[in-house]
Amino acid sequence: MTSVVNYFRSLLLGELLQGMGLTMRYMFRPKYTMRYPMEHIPKSNRFRGLHALRRYPNGEERCIACKLCEAVCPALAITIDSAPREDGSRRTTRYDIDLFKCIYCGFCEESCPVDSIVETHVHEYHFEHRGENVVTKPQLLAIGDRFEAEIAAARAQDAPYR
Amino acid sequence: MHADLLLAAWTLAKILAISVPLIIAVAMYSYWERKVIGWMHVRMGPNKIGPWGLLQAFADVFKLLFKEIVVPANADKPLFYLAPVLAVAPAFAAWAVIPFDQGVVLANLNVGLLYLLAMTSMGVYGIILAGWASNSRYALLGAMRSAAQVVSYEIAMGMALVCVLVLAGSLNLTDIVNAQAGGKGLLDWFWLPLLPVFVIYFVAGVAETNRAPFDVAEGESEIVAGFHVEYSGSAFAVFFLAEYANMILISFLASVMFLGGWLSPFPASWGLIGQGSWIWLFAKAFAFAFMYLWFRATFPRYRYDQIMRLGWKVFIPITIVWVLVAGCMKYFGWITAGA
Amino acid sequence: MTFQLLCFYAFAAVTTLAALGVITLRNSVHAVLCLVLTFFSTAAIWLLAEAEFLAVALVVVYVGAVMVLFLFVVMMLDIKQEPLREGFIRYLPVGIAVAAVMLAEMLALIGVRAMAQVPAPANPAGDSNIAWLGETLFTRFLLPFEIAALILTVGIIAAVALTLRRREGVRHQDPARQVAVDPRTRVRVVKMAAERGQEPAA
Repeated sequence: MTSVVNYFRSLLLGELLQGMGLTMRYMFRPKYTMRYPMEHIPKSNRFRGLHALRRYPNGEERCIACKLCEAVCPALAITIDSAPREDGSRRTTRYDIDLFKCIYCGFCEESCPVDSIVETHVHEYHFEHRGENVVTKPQLLAIGDRFEAEIAAARAQDAPYR
Repeated sequence: MHADLLLAAWTLAKILAISVPLIIAVAMYSYWERKVIGWMHVRMGPNKIGPWGLLQAFADVFKLLFKEIVVPANADKPLFYLAPVLAVAPAFAAWAVIPFDQGVVLANLNVGLLYLLAMTSMGVYGIILAGWASNSRYALLGAMRSAAQVVSYEIAMGMALVCVLVLAGSLNLTDIVNAQAGGKGLLDWFWLPLLPVFVIYFVAGVAETNRAPFDVAEGESEIVAGFHVEYSGSAFAVFFLAEYANMILISFLASVMFLGGWLSPFPASWGLIGQGSWIWLFAKAFAFAFMYLWFRATFPRYRYDQIMRLGWKVFIPITIVWVLVAGCMKYFGWITAGA
Repeated sequence: MTFQLLCFYAFAAVTTLAALGVITLRNSVHAVLCLVLTFFSTAAIWLLAEAEFLAVALVVVYVGAVMVLFLFVVMMLDIKQEPLREGFIRYLPVGIAVAAVMLAEMLALIGVRAMAQVPAPANPAGDSNIAWLGETLFTRFLLPFEIAALILTVGIIAAVALTLRRREGVRHQDPARQVAVDPRTRVRVVKMAAERGQEPAA
């Protein structure tokens, strides 16, 4: 009996019609596509993108050259040299991040005692020449200056969970 | 002689009036295919070039036309160039006998049906030669698969058409459509008495055009792109044109043979909406063309031996039985052509 | 009329050239393609003679099916071109003799037909010689038609019988059985309570 039922089921293409019904239903579903340059997927405040070095509100750079980020970086992307500044405070003379090495794990941000090195939400950037992948201290500070408002807002939002 | 020349020019104009819209239809069909399959995958499909991406197909065509045709080393050069032509010529030639409306047909042949069979079976030469002339293993394998598949499904297709011509009593396509006319609209058409054959005809048509789920000839996963793996630029574009022109052709044929061509699906007594028009034919053909895309978005590719089994062990027996059934219908007068 | 005559000469020239190509071309695939062209232009000539059915049947059967398989086989065989030429001179006399006999026979046949002056049967079905052909086949020539069909069927069965070999111990798939598989007989879905793992020590 079941064999007869199965025979007619396969002869009448039941399963195939079922499949076609499924695709037809999906045809009218709202589409998942994002028209990327025009539309963006909502980003978490913990998004880890391009790096930045922050400053205090009075304009003093936060980084104290403790080199914790350099030590914790699993990809060895951060290179720091330090020396005393004229006023005697300990500062970095060099703060390079090789973005080709960086895996955007966020450990540098976690390790920073003064919230200096952070990862911003910027993920759209490119290089046109060899060597530009290494971002230097002035560049990182400039990024920090430019996105300070967003960075501060994201940190404030995440503060209760830290 | 002067009159002959005039006739030739007039015929040429009619040929252009069919083939130029056909080429544009192929371009729009490829756009529609990507759009529909995109929708079924919950994507959007092309939407950047032109409004709603409408100009995408033309962008692709121009890209292909400006690309270089790379001829592989040790390829048989004349045949390599001849193959796309052989593929596209029958795909266009077959349109000569398609009746678009009462009396609107390029060549009202009395052997129209046989002519169509002949033309669709000629298309396989382009594929085989492309496979052989490319001097590539993948291409040859694709050509072999395609040849075997087309030759096998041609039998089922031919038998299905035998059923149609038994009921219609004519090989002339205009007569076949007129034989489906009647007072009851779509209940008069041949799809109802020939339902299994109708399904088989369209499925065999999908197999004959080497489309999914029967596209083992170009199975991307095993043999890269099959017979046209070595083709690029405009030569590839011509193969593409042939494939899509064939798909549109099969859609029109299924409409003409089984869905009453230009006849209206509504009873003739319903006034304007019950009148036959080329719009009906195009609507029916559009529905079939959509089925092609729907199949492609739904079904996974058949395995080669399963295709052969389906063609020889399922389709051919059913169509042979239905030829007898159709003969009985005709003999006992259950179906009267052109009532 | 002149236009038709012109067409006839064109098609006849193509047919002859293609037929010459079949026997002279070195590449066997090219030769097969020439044969296809020969068939096709012959069909065109028949169309000019208003033998529509015969012409299209020639294209469907020979061009569409037989020659495809032929091409298939020739491609697969990978024939070396040089050895093919070897016996050309040696077999030439025999070939010429056969051709001469065939020519004589055909001329004789045409001569006999011309002398007998059989009047061409009037076409009762008007323009369409297909309906007429079908009716004649199934009434006047029913017996020869059936015999021809029988011979072809015997040929098919013989071909199958010659090649069909049942080998023991061969594993092969049976798609019908594969399709008929019911998931319920293959997979047993077991319902069980979620297990609690060891609580980690605080």
